[in-house]
Amino acid sequence: MTVLAEISGNVNTIGYGLAAVGPAIGVALIFVAYINSSARQPESAGYNRTWLVLGFALVEALALFGLVLAFAVS
Amino acid sequence: MSGRLVAAEGLPWPPSVEDFYLPDVAGPWVTKFSLMIWLAVGLLIIFFMATYRNPKLVPSKGQWMAESVYGLVRDNIAREQMGKDGIRFAPYFTVLFSFIVVTNLFGIVPGLQISPNSHIAFPIVLALITFVMYLYVGARKHGLGRYLKQSLIIPGVPWPMHILLIPIEFLQVFAVRPVTLAVRLFANMFAGHLILLVFTIGGFVLLASDNIFIQASSIFAFIMAIMMAFFEVLVALLQAYVFVTLSANYIGSSLATEH
Repeated sequence: MTVLAEISGNVNTIGYGLAAVGPAIGVALIFVAYINSSARQPESAGYNRTWLVLGFALVEALALFGLVLAFAVS
Repeated sequence: MSGRLVAAEGLPWPPSVEDFYLPDVAGPWVTKFSLMIWLAVGLLIIFFMATYRNPKLVPSKGQWMAESVYGLVRDNIAREQMGKDGIRFAPYFTVLFSFIVVTNLFGIVPGLQISPNSHIAFPIVLALITFVMYLYVGARKHGLGRYLKQSLIIPGVPWPMHILLIPIEFLQVFAVRPVTLAVRLFANMFAGHLILLVFTIGGFVLLASDNIFIQASSIFAFIMAIMMAFFEVLVALLQAYVFVTLSANYIGSSLATEH
């Protein structure tokens, strides 16, 4: 069988791509909830912003763990 | 990872780990990072001393800047997360916030080009300070036993659930919180540095091609690198805010009287 094309590199890259799916959905849900709530009740936007950033940071940490582990595990 | 940039082989400046080490003048521990930390500390001391040397009722421009940083941290972070107790911690949070902002912004300052927070050691120290602080503050307010009981045992759940919940809460308080705090800051600055590097080096690699069309397309890589540099400003401020907010949240939760 003749080899027509070849891909070289580290499989961790694919792993990180997969690992980023979950946090991406999570961050999206958080922003959806924030936009929804502040569209329904605009005066609550300022109060909710703290929790938006907090929730965003907590979920984003998972994606960043993926990034760190993609480098650490070889 | 192979630890070097294969694509950048022909370039005059493939950045490497050796760049961290300056010419050996004062011993091996004087690295680029430690000098940048001293620079940040010096800048902050000079800034707050200069703006607050002669405070007036009608603030000057500098005093207004220092006051709005302090006001932001005190009102929007400390008081919001910890209630009235937060005022006591506001000076520490202000210093922490401005220190992280300055060190993060080093990532896009020409000549420095890397944030000390992209070295895991520095976020670990910052997170350890918060970790020790919330344990100490909680233990001093409630006593060690009551503090542990309060933070490990969630009231109002059926007792068999405690077999599951106590280890989870223990892990949460003693491992997950400090580790995520450190890794979040580290990974954000590291990823930002990597993104800037990918687009800049990609641009130079495209420019080094012998095809005129490929050379022309390097402009997109450079535009992307410039846009990402501005995006990094946002990330730097956001991560400082997040770090301080989470620290305030953790300290506030060990001060709270009920779970």
